[in-house]
Amino acid sequence: MYGKGLRPLSIATVVAIAGAFSLVFFYAPLDADQGFVQKIFYIHVPLAIVALVGFVVGAVFAILHLRSGDRRWDAYSYVSIHMSVIFGVAVLITGAIWAKASWGHWWVWDEPTLVSFLIVFLMYATYYPFRYAIEDPERQARYASVFAVTAGAFVPLNFMAVRLAESLVHPRVFATTNGGLPGSMMFTFLACLVAVALLWVTLVKLELTAKSASGQLKRLRRALDAPAAGAGSRIAPEVS
Amino acid sequence: MTPSRAAFTAILAKDLRAELRTLQSLPAMALFATTTFVIFRFGLDRTSLSGSLASGVLWATLLFAALLGVNRLFVAEREEGGFDAIRLAPIDRSALFAAKATALFTYLVVLELVVVPIFALFFLDSAAALAPLAAVLLLADLGIAATGTLISSMAVHSRARDLLGPLVLLPLVVPLMIAATGASEPLLAVGGPGYHRFGTWLAVLSLYDLIFLLVGWAVFDFLLED
Repeated sequence: MYGKGLRPLSIATVVAIAGAFSLVFFYAPLDADQGFVQKIFYIHVPLAIVALVGFVVGAVFAILHLRSGDRRWDAYSYVSIHMSVIFGVAVLITGAIWAKASWGHWWVWDEPTLVSFLIVFLMYATYYPFRYAIEDPERQARYASVFAVTAGAFVPLNFMAVRLAESLVHPRVFATTNGGLPGSMMFTFLACLVAVALLWVTLVKLELTAKSASGQLKRLRRALDAPAAGAGSRIAPEVS
Repeated sequence: MTPSRAAFTAILAKDLRAELRTLQSLPAMALFATTTFVIFRFGLDRTSLSGSLASGVLWATLLFAALLGVNRLFVAEREEGGFDAIRLAPIDRSALFAAKATALFTYLVVLELVVVPIFALFFLDSAAALAPLAAVLLLADLGIAATGTLISSMAVHSRARDLLGPLVLLPLVVPLMIAATGASEPLLAVGGPGYHRFGTWLAVLSLYDLIFLLVGWAVFDFLLED
């Protein structure tokens, strides 16, 4: 049932990414300061925004799970956080490349956004050992939701604390009202944001579809008294 | 007295009395912190500390000593069936959260009453910073008590509970540590305590405390369902 609409969504994602990338390379002007390397901004920043929004979405699903007790929401929350952690790895890698190219170092500590993101990423990286350590599936789902809600509250607080602690050298491209991004760059950036968001949604849907399919297979096997193939993941929730 | 208040008082009194009689957590925490100071003295090869180094040593030590208390916080409840008793009792489950957080807060305050003077004795030139430092310590203790109780109550139900508590708690208290060290650094600077951005950091600490006390209070019910 999760597979429904997956094909058009995937096609839309491919088209959006192809369109956004052609805008990045053929339409957006070269940055006067940084030159070609600035184009990584069009993938780095959307990835970061989508990953952070994904964490918040995971927290919202977790609240729904706690309120309703419906295990489906836990699966949604798990997949959202899982996908955002993967996106987070990409954010840290692209961020390091950009930092190396424009500041000369792979890692810059006095750079609040990068540091905040690392801390948030480390926080969510503990989501997996956390789930893994709790055996009872029902309790695992409940505790994981509590974790997701707590970490969701932690994200904005952490950004605030790190920003207060550091000097402000990060390019704040949207902070200025008129001196920020020129129109063509802004348009390209928004196109990239849409494309990356679509990619996130597609991947989340794909993982849910896969989980639902393997759950159905398991139930069919059980009904036929056939031995289960492989143990499956202990931490990923099952989807009915 | 409402039933929740009565339960809160009873659990807190039980915890403090048990700690007084068995002395399971506090002496270990104090000993750990003192030994860590000695290790820092040799690790850094400094006989006196000031500024960021002093606040870093103090907060890293206090945080890791606090983890010892956090790990043990719910062990008795789990082993002796205290969780079942709370579930059976017709009381608000948040009473357990409030009582445990208060107990942890008390442990941390007692720990700091012992080890912060030792820290000052070992490393600081004057004790002038201790009075304003107390405000930072109290606010940070409240935050550690809130998050520590929440995480400990989950970790205690897992395999590898001694591992999981610190693992999840450490990233969670990073903002708290940023604010606490930010406030302590000018306090411990050479030439008397300074108050650069002291108010801002106290505000961040209070916000952290408020948010995680509310989160803990809101979600604690779900941790006891079964």
